[in-house]
Amino acid sequence: MNVPGKGLAQGLGVTLKSMTKPSVTQEYPHQHPQLPPRTRGVIALFEENCTVCMLCARECPDWCIYIDSHKETQAPQTEGGRARVHNVLDRFAIDYSLCMYCGICVDVCPFDALFWSPEFEYAEHDILGLTHEREELREWMWTVPPPPAETHNAEPAKEIPS
Amino acid sequence: MTALEIAAKLIGALLVFLTAPLIVGQIEHKAMAHMQSRLGPMYAGGFHGWAQLVADGVKFAQKETIVPARADRRVFELAPAVALLPYLFVLIVIPVGPQQSVHDLSVGVFFALAVVSIGVLGILMAGWASANKYSLLGGLRAGAQLMAYELPLVLAAASIAMAAGTLSLNGIAHAWRWWWLPYQGIGAVVFFVAALAELRRPPFDMPVADSELVFGPFTEYAGLRFALFVLAEYAGIVVFSALTAALFLGGWKGPFLEHQLGWLWLLIKTLLLSFVVIWIRVSYPRLREDQLQKFAWAGLVPAALVQVALTGVVKVAT
Repeated sequence: MNVPGKGLAQGLGVTLKSMTKPSVTQEYPHQHPQLPPRTRGVIALFEENCTVCMLCARECPDWCIYIDSHKETQAPQTEGGRARVHNVLDRFAIDYSLCMYCGICVDVCPFDALFWSPEFEYAEHDILGLTHEREELREWMWTVPPPPAETHNAEPAKEIPS
Repeated sequence: MTALEIAAKLIGALLVFLTAPLIVGQIEHKAMAHMQSRLGPMYAGGFHGWAQLVADGVKFAQKETIVPARADRRVFELAPAVALLPYLFVLIVIPVGPQQSVHDLSVGVFFALAVVSIGVLGILMAGWASANKYSLLGGLRAGAQLMAYELPLVLAAASIAMAAGTLSLNGIAHAWRWWWLPYQGIGAVVFFVAALAELRRPPFDMPVADSELVFGPFTEYAGLRFALFVLAEYAGIVVFSALTAALFLGGWKGPFLEHQLGWLWLLIKTLLLSFVVIWIRVSYPRLREDQLQKFAWAGLVPAALVQVALTGVVKVAT
């Protein structure tokens, strides 16, 4: 039934109803926002896992990852064995003034050395300050949340021995 | 009445005039915010931003007063006063108790309606003197709106004056009975809606439509003069809500203690109506200029005439 003025009354009803409900505002500086898991705040580096394969630096669309390394020779472990050569990370930096938060580096890393952290309060007064070195990137690793729990009845992860 | 008594009453009216618009403004801040699922001001003054409008006033007072080079200087500077003061004068005749008002004028309704219309003159002055085409368009729209909505406003007021048999606001409140709510219902709605339009409140804010006229007649104003225009808008809400309450809702009449608490009943009714003004602002989009004119001439005027006819028939029959 089309009563004249029905829409007007409905409009008033909508506003009155939302007035009685709690507001959705989060008072940010005083109240930390409730961020969902896997929020893309900043990229953290788990440098123990990094093998300097350079995949992240090469895949980065705007070349904001800087990696320097050198090779170290390890003396043979056993008599007559061969000396091993491995990469040692000297510098790992991400320039967040260039980063566009695409997450390709996180996806492409074969050794799980890069993670998304929900941390987002890293504003700087100078644009140069946005280039964060490995120490800061490693610190953010502590803010990376554990992966969300598996859904009920899901297949167990392949890494977990049954 | 001694001179002292008159002075005390006038100071009381002035105090109401200076505080009530701020209260309505604060209610608008908070109610509108919550209707939009926001919080509104939260910091000024500490508790839920109660001092936000005080802070706004201080900010406006600090700002530079700018008069455009090509503006008509004297008219430009006078306009805010012309827009604001009429609402102060109307407070004089509004009854706050069975025998209490600053002055119980025998032609109170006539006086109130004549004086509130002067406010639009201030808007026209502002629009003309600003030397700005947007201001001028806004001012003329305000003028056209006044022409259109004054008629239903006066007709609705005439209907209640006929029913009460007096033009005194206090007399109308005395004559008012609860069954006048349905009896004068059309008139009350027409009066209230026309008052909204007279105040240029949304959804009738075509004169200050910010998306097409910047801020209409107030575009060139800054600092304290702009603040006075804003104050005039909120004073207008208070005055028109109080007028609607006094004419159609029984004014100072309440469930008990009318002699002592008449002011309280009037205050409650006024604040409730002010809340409705805000509520309507949040709920409805702006009417287009032609819709606005059509609504007045094809909607409100016939409705007001029906109400006048109904009142006339009832008056003759009883």
